[in-house]
Amino acid sequence: MKILTLETTCDETAAAVVTDRFEVLSSVVASQDRLHERFGGVVPEIASRAHLERILPVIDEALRRAGVRLDDLDAVAVATTPGLAGSLLVGLMAAKAIALVQGIPLVAVNHLQAHIYACRMASGQEVFPCVGLIVSGGHTALYRCESPLDFHALGGTIDDAAGEAFDKVASMLGLGYPGGPVLERTAAGGNPQAYAFPRPFLDDPDRLDFSFSGLKTAVRYQIVGPGKQDFRSVHLSAQQTADLAASFQEAVVDCLVGKSLHALARTGFGTLCVGGGVAANGRLRQRLQEEALQRGFRLFLAPLALATDNAVMGAIAIERLKAGLVEPLDIEITPGPLRA
Amino acid sequence: MNEWIWEAKNEADTEQLGEALARLLPNGAVVALVGTLGAGKTRLVQSLVRAEGTPADLASSPTFVLIHEYPGRRPLYHMDAYRIRSEQEFMDLGPEEYWEGPGICLIEWADKVLECLPPDRLEIHIEITGPQSRRFQCRAFGPVYEKVLSELARNLP
Repeated sequence: MKILTLETTCDETAAAVVTDRFEVLSSVVASQDRLHERFGGVVPEIASRAHLERILPVIDEALRRAGVRLDDLDAVAVATTPGLAGSLLVGLMAAKAIALVQGIPLVAVNHLQAHIYACRMASGQEVFPCVGLIVSGGHTALYRCESPLDFHALGGTIDDAAGEAFDKVASMLGLGYPGGPVLERTAAGGNPQAYAFPRPFLDDPDRLDFSFSGLKTAVRYQIVGPGKQDFRSVHLSAQQTADLAASFQEAVVDCLVGKSLHALARTGFGTLCVGGGVAANGRLRQRLQEEALQRGFRLFLAPLALATDNAVMGAIAIERLKAGLVEPLDIEITPGPLRA
Repeated sequence: MNEWIWEAKNEADTEQLGEALARLLPNGAVVALVGTLGAGKTRLVQSLVRAEGTPADLASSPTFVLIHEYPGRRPLYHMDAYRIRSEQEFMDLGPEEYWEGPGICLIEWADKVLECLPPDRLEIHIEITGPQSRRFQCRAFGPVYEKVLSELARNLP
């Protein structure tokens, strides 16, 4: 069985062809693709108009690379929640059109569940039941995942997402955008204990929420002092910058790791799956790997290509099809934000 | 009244401003939020969200997703122009559909897209005055918002 999966929840336009035997026949992500000239630039473009321009070429390319025609498809899947309304609509309309013309089932995918399913696809193993940690620019949340389709929110960020905090602190430190990779590189030369930044809720095992806004503000005060509005007059030495980056990153990682351990304890599950772009952070991976080794839980970290937004993770559609969960053609999007 | 300033000594004062705004803003209101990183733009939105009857912890920063839509007594559209690189990019989001809707629109980093906003609006410029304290400088454009400011001044001494 061959399934075309589409992903247009935020910046990325992506399409993939997967099979019900967990094979990935093709995966195209517009901004990451070598054919980016055709899709308009390396940096993802914001807004739905860009999706509109890219969705058909991206689908064509995914089919071509998989060596399948529209006639060969057995189902079409699309992420319908959560995300930006205009962007979600482009993917859903394309999927509906294909479902209607080909007379094949339409499957609706939850983008957040799909991020965890990326670990299933990457590992080639059964990963459920598990604790799911989704950590990206737009989301930071923990889930109790009984099965691929049975997710319950355990907690999430009450203000900024972790990836967003990385970007904004990188901006305050004058490191540029996107902030995640450059902040990590800068932190490598710094002392993670140089500054004592806050780790909200970390000592409270009953609360599995995150808060990174106060941390961002604490870094700000460390740089310019309270009451100052801008950073133009501030000069930081390379070592100060590295120490700030390392101390900030350590605080974020402490929260992500600490809350994941609390979630494992609360659920009694022996498996942790991590998806979303921040899963690519080396310090987070290292700390989680150390904990997994020491405490004896199974750890699945989505590899970079499947951690950031992609369509392969839409293979969770396999599970919905098996459960008979197909959608009528008048299904609508649910922009969100969502917690569960 | 065209301009009114609320000196918040702490988060409770910020919360009070959010509650008063939720009470006084008419349907279809557009509120532009301006202030540096960590000024408390999202914090103010959260207090409005709570006052509109939605759990405030649902209200998180829309910097990446660009627009969050919160259900409540009336819909609240929480937008964020931080990542927006041009006015055209913002217009491609179709913001007019939101201005014309029945809900309240709150736009963070509005200074990046002021030209794209409706001429009648409330602008709130937030300044950091101390670790917990903030100055909210509110400017009204158009008679609807002048009235809102007068009411705010009366409600929050």
